[in-house]
Amino acid sequence: MNPVNYLYLAALLFTIGAAGVLIRRNAIVVFMCVELMLNACNLAFVAFSRMHGNLDGQIIAFFTMVVAAAEVVVGLAIIVSLFRSRHSASVDDASLMKL
Amino acid sequence: MNALAASATSTGEAVQFWVLGTVAVIGALCTILMKKAVHSALCLAGTMIVLAVFYLANGAYFLGVVQIVVYTGAIMMLFLFVVMLVGVTAADSLKETLKGQRWLAAGCGLGFGILLMAGIGQASLSTFNGLGRANAAAGGNVEGLAELIFTKYVFAFELTGALLITATVGAMVLTHRERTERAKTQRELSQERVRGKHLPPLPAPGVYARHNAVDIAGLLPDGTPSELTVNKTLRGRGQIRDVSGGAMADLKALEQRSEERLGREAGRENGRDQDASEVAK
Repeated sequence: MNPVNYLYLAALLFTIGAAGVLIRRNAIVVFMCVELMLNACNLAFVAFSRMHGNLDGQIIAFFTMVVAAAEVVVGLAIIVSLFRSRHSASVDDASLMKL
Repeated sequence: MNALAASATSTGEAVQFWVLGTVAVIGALCTILMKKAVHSALCLAGTMIVLAVFYLANGAYFLGVVQIVVYTGAIMMLFLFVVMLVGVTAADSLKETLKGQRWLAAGCGLGFGILLMAGIGQASLSTFNGLGRANAAAGGNVEGLAELIFTKYVFAFELTGALLITATVGAMVLTHRERTERAKTQRELSQERVRGKHLPPLPAPGVYARHNAVDIAGLLPDGTPSELTVNKTLRGRGQIRDVSGGAMADLKALEQRSEERLGREAGRENGRDQDASEVAK
């Protein structure tokens, strides 16, 4: 098997995640799709690391995971406080600054 | 053996790729297509476990384990907690704010995917060195990563530490709620209750002994459900089950059965009804 297949899989997962961000309305599901995109990128990094035979790609994937963890914590806190004030987790309802 | 496994793709890996790759794509599709957020979260967790197996297959042993511990263990559980806080049944609104936005978005996604795939297809990715030598140079995958993190990438590593602390503080600040008014004392609460509308306890939910769950509104004497019997939180979420229709239908069916059993009497009553209607005419 050609290891490039891992890259195709990563591209497919990234595309599915991007489509999910555009299609879904629930803020939590949108956030999950963002996580899916991050994971797809990590898979590409790991596959590249193997193809080129050095560990730098894995380091970048590791940092991506750390940043994703921090991002999830803050993002979910925002969603919870938004839900408290608006009683809805829909991204359509958060239009307070709209004219 | 590790060095060999990390430098060539075997038939076993190909089989693993095609089987688990299918599972990963199905999980990702289910994540964006499932109506309830809980189902989406579980499908995403499945996809992440498959990705962890792929990391292991690619020779990234440390990342594979970290993926399971951090992503499926911590991040997805955090998602599930928030789904529970926000309300499991908070389903997506199906009303479209922008007309045709979903189809346009799906089209954009498809086009983007084709573009990305074509890009990978055109790129010359002929090098394939494998991780065997890189892993062996430092004495193992974890040792190699540690060497890089604490020498070449040490500044980035420090920055991620600062980022994590900031994120923790930020989450605490965002979800903390300041109490703006004084808490009521027991005396005030009792006075409020005596002067309010409901001195006795609120009526209990449930219908007879058949449907006594808390989300079922009790029936008033005329058969209409009383909202007052259901907990305020459930009322706010709109999670009241109405069984009054079912109860009335059951009653009607019971009456019909008894009429059928006592056929003659029913006939006589029908006759009396007919007489009455004729008189009315």
